[in-house]
Amino acid sequence: MSETRLHEAGPIPVYRTDRALRDSIWIKALLLTLALTFLAFFLFLPLVSVFVEASRKGYEAFAEAVTEPDALSAIRLTLLVAAIAVPFNVIVGIAAAWAIAKFNFRGKSLLISFIDLPFSVSPVISGLVYVLLFGAQGFLGPWLKANGIEIIFALPGLVLATVFVTFPFVARELIPHMQALGSSDEEAALTLGASPWRTFFTITLPNVKWSLFYGVLLCNARAMGEFGAVTVVSGRIRGVTTTMPLHVEILYNEYNSVAAFAVASLLAGLALVTLTLKTYLEWHYADAIAATKRH
Amino acid sequence: MTLALPAASSSSSWRQPSILPGFGLSLGITISALSLVVLIPLAALFLKAASAGPADIWAIIASPRTQAALRLSFGAAAFSAIVNAIFGLIIAWVLVRYRFPGRRLLDAAVDLPFALPTAVAGISLAAIYAPNGWIGSLLAPFDIKVAYTPLGVMVALIFIGLPFVVRTVQPVLEEADIETEEAAALLGASRLRTIFRVILPGIVPALLTGFVLAFARAVGEYGSVIFIAGNVPMVSEIAPLLIVIRLEQFDYAGASVVAMIMLIVSFSLILAINAIQAWSRGRLGHV
Repeated sequence: MSETRLHEAGPIPVYRTDRALRDSIWIKALLLTLALTFLAFFLFLPLVSVFVEASRKGYEAFAEAVTEPDALSAIRLTLLVAAIAVPFNVIVGIAAAWAIAKFNFRGKSLLISFIDLPFSVSPVISGLVYVLLFGAQGFLGPWLKANGIEIIFALPGLVLATVFVTFPFVARELIPHMQALGSSDEEAALTLGASPWRTFFTITLPNVKWSLFYGVLLCNARAMGEFGAVTVVSGRIRGVTTTMPLHVEILYNEYNSVAAFAVASLLAGLALVTLTLKTYLEWHYADAIAATKRH
Repeated sequence: MTLALPAASSSSSWRQPSILPGFGLSLGITISALSLVVLIPLAALFLKAASAGPADIWAIIASPRTQAALRLSFGAAAFSAIVNAIFGLIIAWVLVRYRFPGRRLLDAAVDLPFALPTAVAGISLAAIYAPNGWIGSLLAPFDIKVAYTPLGVMVALIFIGLPFVVRTVQPVLEEADIETEEAAALLGASRLRTIFRVILPGIVPALLTGFVLAFARAVGEYGSVIFIAGNVPMVSEIAPLLIVIRLEQFDYAGASVVAMIMLIVSFSLILAINAIQAWSRGRLGHV
């Protein structure tokens, strides 16, 4: 209809409308070039360089760097820290999402802000707070020393710092999804006589499984790659308290560039796997995770 | 659903009654974990910083090295967030409005800085922006040094903040209806005028939110920066690195005071984001 009216008005408005709605080919080319150049300089070249630098001295040097005892112990420690920190955050994240999404209570938005807090704290500060609590000169330091408990410069410190940094990931993905789903499924199950735990495991958990997986994915990537927070609590005892990112730093500072990039390429591989799975989830389960694209 | 129910009992008057179980358990777990892992340790930081006494706190804040580090961290973060706001907007526009081969791959790649460990980003940026690196050697003839200068700090912060602007602007651009643009065009507005008077005003709140998120992340960033920065005190030493150095010198008070300043600024930024979102909800009906 509007077409006929436009025609009655003559050809000029049609021409102008068209021009005013679409970017000209030059603008298009310019913006596309700008975007691609920017991404090339800041994303693609750094990523590619990791693998190029890692393979600079051939496969032998690469294999040597990732299988030497210190590297292996760093890999083991990274996996161990993530294996403790991620499940902890999954349990707390599910509990937080249940309380926040299924109930209305006073102080809820304050609670959400507190859960998000670690996102806006510098990673270095996330480690620092535990040194102030548990370090040799910290508030609890003397007591811990008297009882022979090691937290800082040991595994518990690394786990605590990692838990702090990754605290919001799972809850953040689950809360909007659970809120969108509502409670009617659970109410029906309970009314029909299902026990609370059965309701949770057969209704709630399957309903949110993709957003939970999404949250775990991001949580794990951050847990394994965390650097700033663990730097502060690790003490960098080589082969004992060095996670993979810390091992990369040590090698790099020793000017052992090929070995540093070899270990770094494993972490970059992890990032690529994470990104692929994440994109796959976003394409196939958009409904479940659409609300949470921003983090 | 607006039935005015009287508060069921005095014990549950702070929450609405529900037949679902597990409120106490789930809230209990949440609050215990939150307190033990996040809130109490953060409180310890403020206690430690405060225990230094006003004179010492002031001496730490006023010391030239602290000032230089804070200035660099906040200045470089602001600069990189502005760069990210401009290029993030362009990238979001290209991803939403244009169709070209590899678009979805590009879309996925934007999240790389979220997934790539910061130390890996740091050493690779240092390698390619060093004078003998891929990009550094291109800039060397023009006498531009990036790695081991404050410019290097900005490069790392641009990398780390890039996804924030794209990911906040993109959904708003996707949802913006083309009809308002058509209406503007039919009413005789030029393309430029449509962009500046119709499209951009709708994006401004999201752009601001993305800017603040990128800025907040950049202020505290450590891993990707320290490899490329050179870390010369007073020149290219960022505030988080100063905290680490003070800690290694067992100067806990010095570390906590710098940390406290950074936290206060970060918390103000969260309030700013909330205010922007409340403002845009009131004005436009969405975030």
